Amino acid sequence: MASDAIAIPNLPVVSDRPWIQTLHDWLTTVDHKRLGILYVLYGLFFLVIGGIEAIIMRIQLMRPHNDFVSPQVFNRMFTMHGTTMIFFMVMPIVFGFANYLVPLMIGARDMAFPRLNAFSFWLTALGGLLLYFSFLGGSGLYGAGNAPDVGWWAYAPLAARAFSPGHSSDYWTISLLVSGFGSIGTAINIIATVLCMRCPGMKLSRMPLLAWLNLIMAGMVLFAITPLSAAQLMLLVDRYLGGHFFDTQAGGSAVLWMHFFWIFGHPEVYVLVIPAFAFMSEIVPVFSRKPIFGYPVMVAATVCIGFVSMSVWAHHMFTVGMNSYANSFFAITTMAVGIPTGIKIFNWIGTMWGGRIQFKTPMLFCIAFLFQFLIAGLTGIIQASAPVDWQLSLSYFVVAHFHYVIVGAIVFAIFAAFYYWYPKVTGRMLSEKLGKWHFWLFVIGFHLTFDTMHIPGLLGMPRRIYTYEPSRGWGTLNLIVSIGGIIQAIAVLVFVANMIISYWKGRKAGNDPWDAWTLEWSVSSPPPAYNFASIPVVESRRPLWDLKHPEDPDSRYE
Amino acid sequence: MSAIALPQMERPGGEAWSLPYRGTVAMTSLIIAESAIFTIFVVAYLFYVGKSLTGPTPSEVLETPIFFTVCLLSSSLSVHFAGKSLEKNKRSAFLGWWLLTIVLGGLFLFGTGMEWHRLIYERGLTISTNLFGTTYYSLVGLHAFHVTAGLVMLSIVLIFGLAGRVRQEHSPRIEVLALYWHFVDAVWVVVFTVVYVLGR
Repeated sequence: MASDAIAIPNLPVVSDRPWIQTLHDWLTTVDHKRLGILYVLYGLFFLVIGGIEAIIMRIQLMRPHNDFVSPQVFNRMFTMHGTTMIFFMVMPIVFGFANYLVPLMIGARDMAFPRLNAFSFWLTALGGLLLYFSFLGGSGLYGAGNAPDVGWWAYAPLAARAFSPGHSSDYWTISLLVSGFGSIGTAINIIATVLCMRCPGMKLSRMPLLAWLNLIMAGMVLFAITPLSAAQLMLLVDRYLGGHFFDTQAGGSAVLWMHFFWIFGHPEVYVLVIPAFAFMSEIVPVFSRKPIFGYPVMVAATVCIGFVSMSVWAHHMFTVGMNSYANSFFAITTMAVGIPTGIKIFNWIGTMWGGRIQFKTPMLFCIAFLFQFLIAGLTGIIQASAPVDWQLSLSYFVVAHFHYVIVGAIVFAIFAAFYYWYPKVTGRMLSEKLGKWHFWLFVIGFHLTFDTMHIPGLLGMPRRIYTYEPSRGWGTLNLIVSIGGIIQAIAVLVFVANMIISYWKGRKAGNDPWDAWTLEWSVSSPPPAYNFASIPVVESRRPLWDLKHPEDPDSRYE
Repeated sequence: MSAIALPQMERPGGEAWSLPYRGTVAMTSLIIAESAIFTIFVVAYLFYVGKSLTGPTPSEVLETPIFFTVCLLSSSLSVHFAGKSLEKNKRSAFLGWWLLTIVLGGLFLFGTGMEWHRLIYERGLTISTNLFGTTYYSLVGLHAFHVTAGLVMLSIVLIFGLAGRVRQEHSPRIEVLALYWHFVDAVWVVVFTVVYVLGR
């Protein structure tokens, strides 16, 4: 089983294989666990890159009239930061976890289409490469500046040839198109895996919530990423073939691009957050020592979120001047999303209620998630009201709101997932001590940054400005925001150090360090090639509980 | 090595465990995704009907391609019969129907090519002429691209079939390809309605 060697630390097998062979194995792998690891490492790499871009912006905004970077560079930084963090940080990481965990959790030996899986990963990888190659190639023969600087939503007509010469916007477009195809491939794979590869007895009603939620996420990808791909194709037609889709001079509509972008853009938030819900739904029960509260309601609420989130997109466009019917419709649907989301928060609290809660690092991140996701939801409801949004749109209040969702909820859940499943993937525990340092530094940094950021937004500070007048009185607030950002960066460094140190020095994990209940903990850590020597048969939602407690199995009550 | 044994519960008298075929599920998912892409292009087409600032307009230049539409729609029938023949292990009938499907699909593509040639060289309508040109060539072109991709896949199967490599046990896979071809036909019904009926 030499192909396993790299995943198991300190085994002599590693040394007698030439490194080029190991590299070749990894580059040509079709194994879902290896591809999952590749996805996650790829996402972590871009977490660091996107983080550096964020820090550059925060240094620039630290004090009024700062000239750390030029306005042009600042534009590139916020464009690249947004694009990187959404498409090349969160998406690969959640896909990586889905890839790694879904087959293990449903008792399958691999994904339904291993080669499609590899193909999708390499498409995503190529997408990230194209995006960053723009730093070198974006200027083209025009001398028109390198990386894309049109914002992560590239509104028309700013992204048109006339206003964005050179190739920077082309790299942006093609990068998202290519990685979008990769996402669609992975989504198809996840759906086929969950529906067709479950082990005997693993009915849909017994599937771990992680598998369920990833199924719903994959379904949403089919509806959400494709409009973006279509819009990118249109933008390419405009830019390369002289088309007029978004060319207002020829009767085209700039607002149509906004609609197409946000038909993708808003469901995308849920594509990212539903896997975070999935991590929560697996981790909270284990550390509360109780089964999940309201399993069927959790599934129903997620499906409901999936449907409703498809019809909320234009709340990003209240300021564009839609009619009052459209404004009312999108305000109401946006507020309605709060209902199923609220149900989920109550269910996690219901799971913790009366449980014997263990405050291990994964659980700490989950508890922080609950508070922060609630606040993120509340500021969301505030802005769902169209008149309030007219006041707050395009201000730092919005920036604070969506970072509360993406960092406060999604990234926290991802960190929880790292601490929870790292032992399964590597066979070693992450250090609890460094984990606690990571958690507390990140919580402090996060709140310093994003709680404070609401205030300059309320005071009228617009997003995407590269500097501001001292007389505005935003200086101190921005300084606090920047200091918080640097503390978060230190926390991430602690996390990376923890991952590296624990890989060699960490305590041996064994099969089931958390005394958990889902199938991935029944196999060795790291799992053997093809996962299960013999395909398991399950009788309930918690197969390992049944096995550990034959006198009182769950199957008796379901 | 393992603290917990694998949960192997033998169920001698257990009920049969059957799951859907992964190929069909994956193709259905792909069709859903493709439908969303086409929806966006159709919406753009309908949104821009009559908004071109200059000519030519659809009513001036478009001619309804009845014959080629009939070709494409009948190819859905022939691919269906091909699938049924393979299921019953009638391999030469399968090959005949399959070839007919490719010919009909090829005819349709030829029809699109002729129409584009006429529009470009006689009517002077290109993708950059006006909004109608942009949306028309994009929508019809996106569909033609899917027909081309389908024809490539159908031809690969034909080559394997002529080499005697397509047998009854491959029937489920052939059905997956047939599903894609039905989708391409169904999309044409929508595109035809939008471009040649509603859009004029």
